[in-house]
Amino acid sequence: MGAKAFQKIYTKVTQITKATISLKAKGIGNDELATVNGKLAQVVKIVGDEVTLQVFEGTGGIPTNAEVIFLGKAPSLKVSEQLSGRFFNAFGDPIDGGPAIEGQEVEIGGPSVNPVRRKQPSELIATGIAGIDLNNTLVSGQKIPFFADPDQPFNQVMANVALRAETDKIILGGMGMTNDDYLYFRNVFSNAGALDRIVSFMNTTENPPVERLLVPDMALTSAEYFAVEKNEKVLVLLTDMTSYADALAIVSNRMDQIPSKDSMPGSLYSDLAKIYEKAVQFPEGGSITIIAVTTLSGGDITSAVPDNTGYITEGQLFLRRDSDIGKVIVDPFRSLSRLKQLVIGKKTRVDHPQVMNAAVRLFADAANAKTKMENGFDLTDYDERTLGFAKDYSNDLLAIDVNLNTNEMLDVAWGLFTKYFKPEEVNIKQELVDQFWKK
Amino acid sequence: MVTKGTVNAVISNMVTLKVDGPISQNEICYISTGGDKLMAEVIKVVGDFAYVQVFESTRGLRVGDEAEFTGHMLEVTLGPGMLSKNYDGLQNDLDKMDGVFLQRGDYTYALDKEKKWHFVPTAKVGDKVKAAQWLGEVDENHQPLKVMVPFTLDGEYTVKSVVAEGDYIADDTLIVIEDAKGKQVEVNMIQKWPVKTPMMNYKIKPRPFKLLETGVRCIDTLNPIVEGGTGFIPGPFGTGKTVLQHSISKQAEADIVIIAACGERANEVVEIFTEFPELVDPHTGRKLMERTIIIANTSNMPVAAREASVYTAMTIAEFYRSMGLRVLLMADSTSRWAQALREMSNRMEELPGPDAFPMDLSAIISNFYGRAGYVELNNGESGSITFIGTVSPAGGNLKEPVTENTKKVARCFYALEQDRADRKRYPAVNPIDSYSKYLEYPEFEKYIEDKINGEWTDKVNEVKTRLLRGKEIAEQINILGDDGVPVEYHVTFWKAELIDFVILQQDGFDDVDSVTPLERQEEILNMIIDICHDEFEFDNFNDVMDYFKKLINLCKQQNYQEYKSDKYYELGKQIKQMVEEKKK
Repeated sequence: MGAKAFQKIYTKVTQITKATISLKAKGIGNDELATVNGKLAQVVKIVGDEVTLQVFEGTGGIPTNAEVIFLGKAPSLKVSEQLSGRFFNAFGDPIDGGPAIEGQEVEIGGPSVNPVRRKQPSELIATGIAGIDLNNTLVSGQKIPFFADPDQPFNQVMANVALRAETDKIILGGMGMTNDDYLYFRNVFSNAGALDRIVSFMNTTENPPVERLLVPDMALTSAEYFAVEKNEKVLVLLTDMTSYADALAIVSNRMDQIPSKDSMPGSLYSDLAKIYEKAVQFPEGGSITIIAVTTLSGGDITSAVPDNTGYITEGQLFLRRDSDIGKVIVDPFRSLSRLKQLVIGKKTRVDHPQVMNAAVRLFADAANAKTKMENGFDLTDYDERTLGFAKDYSNDLLAIDVNLNTNEMLDVAWGLFTKYFKPEEVNIKQELVDQFWKK
Repeated sequence: MVTKGTVNAVISNMVTLKVDGPISQNEICYISTGGDKLMAEVIKVVGDFAYVQVFESTRGLRVGDEAEFTGHMLEVTLGPGMLSKNYDGLQNDLDKMDGVFLQRGDYTYALDKEKKWHFVPTAKVGDKVKAAQWLGEVDENHQPLKVMVPFTLDGEYTVKSVVAEGDYIADDTLIVIEDAKGKQVEVNMIQKWPVKTPMMNYKIKPRPFKLLETGVRCIDTLNPIVEGGTGFIPGPFGTGKTVLQHSISKQAEADIVIIAACGERANEVVEIFTEFPELVDPHTGRKLMERTIIIANTSNMPVAAREASVYTAMTIAEFYRSMGLRVLLMADSTSRWAQALREMSNRMEELPGPDAFPMDLSAIISNFYGRAGYVELNNGESGSITFIGTVSPAGGNLKEPVTENTKKVARCFYALEQDRADRKRYPAVNPIDSYSKYLEYPEFEKYIEDKINGEWTDKVNEVKTRLLRGKEIAEQINILGDDGVPVEYHVTFWKAELIDFVILQQDGFDDVDSVTPLERQEEILNMIIDICHDEFEFDNFNDVMDYFKKLINLCKQQNYQEYKSDKYYELGKQIKQMVEEKKK
């Protein structure tokens, strides 16, 4: 991004902080890009003739006489079919050694879809994982994060989901991802022969944190191209949104903003919503589904990032290690898919909603029985049976290594009901019990 | 002369303008940039500088860009054609906008310019009239829409001329009125009103007392809301706030339903767009959409417009209330609105209050809730705005400013609880913490006595006591063990569970169970209370559990049956039989 002849070069920087610089300049637009000694920066504040720029790489080494050139445009991405199968950095420059992309240049972070031009999501996304398909069914056009501690295998589950789901494109946005995880994704997609369906925007832990702020918008701008122009089904994977929020906090702190809960900026909700709300189902068939990762600290979902996320996304998937069976399961209590009501019992078998609820209710009874047991009380016969049920349910259905179709999952559940309970104990509509109870 | 301004500073969506003339607080201006006109509202004035919040993205805005002031505050256009429309927070008609994406600076007219409405005058030449007085009506989606004397007028006017009954567009002059000095005012179907100013065009605002039926048992039976009442629903995410609000808006016995989706998910709004045109209003038999107005400021739309959206919704509600209608206003979620206030206050570098919210948050919330209510109009008719807001407390902790300040003003409290949601006991309204202050109103008790029966309130109170007792026993059993408490305790506990499963829990996705008419609620309540009064004898606690589980199952099956169907009566018989067999 060299200077063109007619562009004015500023050389007097008046203020430098860790992430921002200020200088006197005229005729500058809000959100406009600039280069500061070749480093990319963006206008974040204008007061009179004083312009403040956020330097993505950080301001280390920037002198007070740095050359500042304004580019007259907001951050943008060239979109075309050529994006398929390519790997980019946070600025949308190729990192796979391939040629630059040719295509229409689009500003990232563009306008929102008019709600009346959306279609209600109604297509099920099958993943084979019963903890998802049975209890928390995903729907195209949905936005849903994994809530997981950093040590949990969320990237593996996410890669599985991406490959099993029937989609035209998978767009991976990596924020603060370790290089190892980046290579993991690359390998898994490559081994599955899916590389030509992948577009990847990557900010690893080796890159400056503030650069991450561009990744979701880059990923979603390319997603919008495929979903709107090509009517394709696009799955966007964003990992890890907590790192993204950390970068937001850094910038807002440098801008002297008053922090709200957990040192996060007061605008955190709007900032996250702007990203997640790009998930959409269009009437013409194109869709953007977002599966994200929000890492937690010690399973605490009340801290600002997971809390705000939970209010924005359409549910969350919660992973937890079940010590009874020694496997990671999709926690049925904390997980939720808000859009499942649109497909379960409609696109799936009629008994799906009631079977799902009954199984979770019985699993809750088992949790109570376990508490009783731990407190040293005698267990009733019913308690014993719920405990047996819980173990099987956890192993046969909730574990993340399950790969079944929905009817098989429902049959397994009815099988477990029959094994441990009497029909009147499961609280399911009589007509369904008559039809499906295993005799 | 129009006051003009030029941009001096830009920080996100807060812009400072240097102005060349008089401006007023909350005045609207338009800033021109790159061919777009961006709407903005004055929120602070310092000397020649006006601080404005822009309702759109400020990308590309430059120092020196010009602005023009309009001379009025943010106002809405009120008239026929609003019902079944989808608006954004500034009352732009979303369906009239071109393209898939919302383009910056695209403002569309709220009403239909060309559409003709059938006008029937009721005023006669020579009548003495005052602001908001009814002069005639048009038929809007089978709902009479009154043509009224402009709300902004003061004093008494005389009707000079009235057009004949016939079809007119909203802009046509229908009636001419004249004040004492001979100044004439032309009246059409349209009113304009600034959204942040409450409409006070009624005679008195008495205490509300008429039950507003919602079909949701844990509300109607346990903690009823009234026409003109206020309520709020706080709850952590995933506890069913929106599902509960949608159930209420589908079923409530109101003439007009206004839904303000304030900073929430777009797909939830789409759900309303998709479902409401298909659903039938259980009270009139017409499509639900015909009585509904949606104000959609989804979470990805500009923040400043989010603040405006709740006011837009309230002003439209007040307009319909002035016609003597019962309006139900739902806002989901008021926390997003408060956050919008916080973002702005933060940018203006105001000293923050608790959790960085502005210091006057409490006053803003209470003034807003205060605009709801039951009113008697000057002509003796009555109208109401029932307001139910949701609150999304950070981290599910109810000790946060928005929840606390709302609790001070809202009369009904429906606390959604994570624990109940985890156990799939929906709606997850905690029966013990929740309350309705209206139950204590003697007017309400009197009304219920006439409408249902005199024992109703006593029974409701008994249900509450039993639920509390059930909870206490559950805690004792947890500490002492099943064997550690007498068998009678188990019976009391299971009677509370019976209430929980049969009255409180309701399947919002089942066609029958999702709506329970008041008559049926009365039957269920009577049945359950009668069972609770029966004495049972059991040998041990396991028998108690088995017996009540079976009983609960039967009652739940009955809840799924069409009211007064053969199966309904048959299950009723079975329940009775089961109780008779075990009764002492």
